[in-house]
Amino acid sequence: MPDALPLLIAIALPFAGAAAAGLLPTHARNAAAYLAGGVTLIGLAMVWAAYPTVSAGGVLRLSATWMPSLGLDFSLRMDGFAWLFAGLVFGVGALVVVYARYYMAAEDPVPRFFAFLLAFMGSMTGVVLSGNLIQLAFFWELTSLFSFLLIGYWHHAAAARDGARMALTVTATGGLCLFAGVLILGHIVGSYDLDAVLAAGGRIRAHPLYLPALVLILLGALTKSAQFPFHFWLPHAMAAPTPVSAYLHSATLVKAGIFLMARLWPVLAGTEAWFWIVGSAGLATLLLGAYIAIFQHDLKGLLAYSTISHLGLITLLLGFNSELAMVAAIFHVINHATFKASLFMAAGIIDHETGTRDIRRLSGLNRFMPFTARLALIAAGAMAGVPLLNGFLSKEMFFAEALSAKDPLPVFFDVLPVAAMVASAFSVAYSLRFIHGTFFGPDPVGLPHEPHEPPAWMRFPVEVLVLACIVIGILPAATVGPYLDMAARAALGAATPDYSLAVWHGFNLPLVMSMAAFAAGLILYRLLQSHLAKGIEGPPLIRSLEGRRMFERTMVFLSWRLARTAEGLLGTRRLQPQLRLVVTAAVLAGGWTVWSRGVGPGNLAPSGIDPVLALIWLLGAACALGAAWQAKFHRLAALIMLGGTGLVVCVTFVWFSAPDLALTQLLVEVVTTILLLLGLRWLPKRMDTPGSRGSEAVTLTRRLRDLGIAAAAGAGMAGLAFGVMTRFPPELLARHFLELAYSEGGGTNVVNVILVDFRGFDTMGEIAVLGVVAMTAYALLRRFRPASDSVDVPEQQRDQSAFDASRPDRKDGDTVADWLFIPSLIARLLFPVILLVALFLLLRGHDLPGGGFAAGLTVAIAMILQYMFGGTQWVEARLRVLPMRWMGIGLLLAAGTGLGAWVAGRPFLTSYFAYSQIPVLGKIPVASALLFDIGVFALVVGATILMLIALARQSLRGHRVAAPRLPEVPAVPEPVPTPVGETAVGDD
Amino acid sequence: MELILSLGIGVLTGSGVWLLLRPRTFQVIVGLSLLSYAVNLFIFSTGGLRTGAAPILEGGRAGTLAMHADPVPQALVLTAIVIGFATTALFLVLLLAARGLTGTDHVDGKESGR
Repeated sequence: MPDALPLLIAIALPFAGAAAAGLLPTHARNAAAYLAGGVTLIGLAMVWAAYPTVSAGGVLRLSATWMPSLGLDFSLRMDGFAWLFAGLVFGVGALVVVYARYYMAAEDPVPRFFAFLLAFMGSMTGVVLSGNLIQLAFFWELTSLFSFLLIGYWHHAAAARDGARMALTVTATGGLCLFAGVLILGHIVGSYDLDAVLAAGGRIRAHPLYLPALVLILLGALTKSAQFPFHFWLPHAMAAPTPVSAYLHSATLVKAGIFLMARLWPVLAGTEAWFWIVGSAGLATLLLGAYIAIFQHDLKGLLAYSTISHLGLITLLLGFNSELAMVAAIFHVINHATFKASLFMAAGIIDHETGTRDIRRLSGLNRFMPFTARLALIAAGAMAGVPLLNGFLSKEMFFAEALSAKDPLPVFFDVLPVAAMVASAFSVAYSLRFIHGTFFGPDPVGLPHEPHEPPAWMRFPVEVLVLACIVIGILPAATVGPYLDMAARAALGAATPDYSLAVWHGFNLPLVMSMAAFAAGLILYRLLQSHLAKGIEGPPLIRSLEGRRMFERTMVFLSWRLARTAEGLLGTRRLQPQLRLVVTAAVLAGGWTVWSRGVGPGNLAPSGIDPVLALIWLLGAACALGAAWQAKFHRLAALIMLGGTGLVVCVTFVWFSAPDLALTQLLVEVVTTILLLLGLRWLPKRMDTPGSRGSEAVTLTRRLRDLGIAAAAGAGMAGLAFGVMTRFPPELLARHFLELAYSEGGGTNVVNVILVDFRGFDTMGEIAVLGVVAMTAYALLRRFRPASDSVDVPEQQRDQSAFDASRPDRKDGDTVADWLFIPSLIARLLFPVILLVALFLLLRGHDLPGGGFAAGLTVAIAMILQYMFGGTQWVEARLRVLPMRWMGIGLLLAAGTGLGAWVAGRPFLTSYFAYSQIPVLGKIPVASALLFDIGVFALVVGATILMLIALARQSLRGHRVAAPRLPEVPAVPEPVPTPVGETAVGDD
Repeated sequence: MELILSLGIGVLTGSGVWLLLRPRTFQVIVGLSLLSYAVNLFIFSTGGLRTGAAPILEGGRAGTLAMHADPVPQALVLTAIVIGFATTALFLVLLLAARGLTGTDHVDGKESGR
């Protein structure tokens, strides 16, 4: 749809601009301002380009599939109502950009500011143009995020950080509620599409889930629009730079809540629940905000509370459940945006040119900045609702609605008009305070700067906005009339009521109320003079009712006290109780399942007992028990017995037709044992000295309990295993793999075909894990510091060295070399043989037991044998292994094989195979799976060697650390080994 | 046979859990190794115990379950063995690093004050 292109540009351009602004140099203030201004003006032009369609009652739509599996489209939708808000976003945005160029100091990182501002603008456009509720919630959270960044822009100031955090906590939590509410709404309607939702009003209101959906959505809207009791974040957000306040807190961010309530008004409104929740929140906010605003000493604080109050007014209007009130609400959105943005900018100018925003210190500025003073006077007049200014018109509409509101409780009839008048009187009082306190009275004393008029361009946005206030105020029907009408029709559809936009409606009750409010406001301000002059912080009567303190108390409770208490009650930092709990829970869960379902005999008769295997397992069980018994004081013995158990497991695999497993288990067993042996050297000596374990009774109890848990776990596993084995195994997958292994995978070793072909992706993940583990181990060992009692050269080595030193014909290291002479010779002779075996295993892996894992481990064993018998230095002087490179090549090869299938237009990791006749070797498979297996092989080689060598080399480091501390050891420093590329475990 | 293997699995599990609950890191690493044997054997046994029926196809014919053992648990266990090796290695290095940093080989990094 070409005519929907403006929508796409309007939403994408700000984000693109934000990225571009973020890339500008830190102090490129002008470039960033031009960029932001250009983006905003283009956005405005795009909105304007949509006007012809939208004003004719049309709707611009643009949609693209987003997550088709969830039925979600990315869709943009602009009707008259969205147009009005988009116009506000870009229109006020353009003025704010101009203003910000002059407001921001040259030393601030201005491009960052504009990057955030543009990104926020894009998010806000996303909110108003979303044609899909999920997408709306997404952009909604983005506005929270970017407003957080904007409020916290001066992040060196604690107030900015706290304010930003508070705003984010409140609005993002509300956003989550909104998301939940939107999900419920989508569930009711069966679609998240805005058009579908708007067409299903009756169904939604009659649905039992209506109330939860309403409450959740309103929680989102009311937090965003700073409605009581969530209003407290807005004044703290005033720590933001003033252009941010002018933009976010007059026209955009806080209006998002209003936008949402108005957007969903035809669907959600019209019920008592809506009236009570929205209406009472609005009324409370209106009165409370206006009351507190009077007593603010900070200009921006005053404006913040006034904003809260005006937002309350709009919310209250929306809560009236009347179409006319809805029109008034939309009208007041426009008016409030114009006068409040200009007032924020004026406050910013005052701050900028005098150095303070404190009304107690300011006075008589009229003589120093007369032009600004007049502009502020008009804008404040609009805020107070002075006739012939735009604020007056919407206030009159508000009074009329308050008088005619049909509410379910008759008592409320009288309350509403009175409340409206009181709030209006308050607004007159704080407007007076803003103007009178700042611009009139004696000359100011002791200001940080000598006040003067701002640069002309800084005042320009204020002039534009104030002009709008006047023109709309005098000629409403001719200026804002068509746009208001368009927005109202788009929001309300056929239910749009007749209304008249005129300055003079005759001498009626609203006018009388207006006059009375002016008088009351004047008198109130006069009466409060003495109180305000005292300069006391905070409003009287409700000073203790401070939202911020409650918020902080809640946060401290949630994030600190509750967490701490829960941790103290439920948590422990000790590993043993945790493991005990985990194991016990597992045992109980298994036991409970068996107990609740009952146990029956399996459908397979157990096969007869072979005495050989029984004997082997007797040995295996004895080894396991022995290892468990000896692991504390006799580690080497435990390690040997662990290896014995491993061998028994290996034999079991052979016995029960799993040659691949037996092979891999055997090789892993070797490597694991070597690893653990290397680690033993760094563990503390432990002697079984009686009485060293504390109270015997406590120890015995603990051991008996653990023994019980262990026995229960063992018995449970034995029973479970027996039950599983005596039942007919499920066969579905196995049959499939057995049938297709040769015809599709091209191999006869089904296990290997599964690994490198059918489930190749899993294997790729697995080797990636192996690589990560190896690098983690390597990284940890680079920073390894041995414990002080393990630093010394081992006793055996000291004896050998002493022996060598005592003989004039020997030099250090001869004894160990002599002792290992024959093994090292055998190891060297075996090296090529083992490599050949590895190659053999690799090549035949697809058809016969073997494969990349086994071959890789074999190569690693060949290598480590050389290290063990020849010594680290001897090997590294002769052999250059680059484990990192092996790993990299392995991963690339495995992934590349997978990608190769993509190139051939097949799914990732689809294999290709053929058999080829090679002289001497015979027929071998040349499948792409072989390439993949070579990748696996290379990675396993690299990873295993990396870990083993890194650990083995620690003994070299130990010597160097130890040498100076041990005077009795010959002070011959260990020769520094030649650097061997990546195997060198860095010495930092 | 099933009885022997299930008893074996039980003993390995029991020994492993016992060591898992001990305070010294070396005991825990041995315990984890024993537990991984037990778990691997258990997963392997879910395919049924068959002798002389390795899942190696003959002469490129499609295989059947009557002729061959279930290859799926075997493939699972093969990867489990390798990953088990990786975790043992990582745990060993962690153990050594923790011992170097804290000076003790207690699992909590400090001797329990009992």
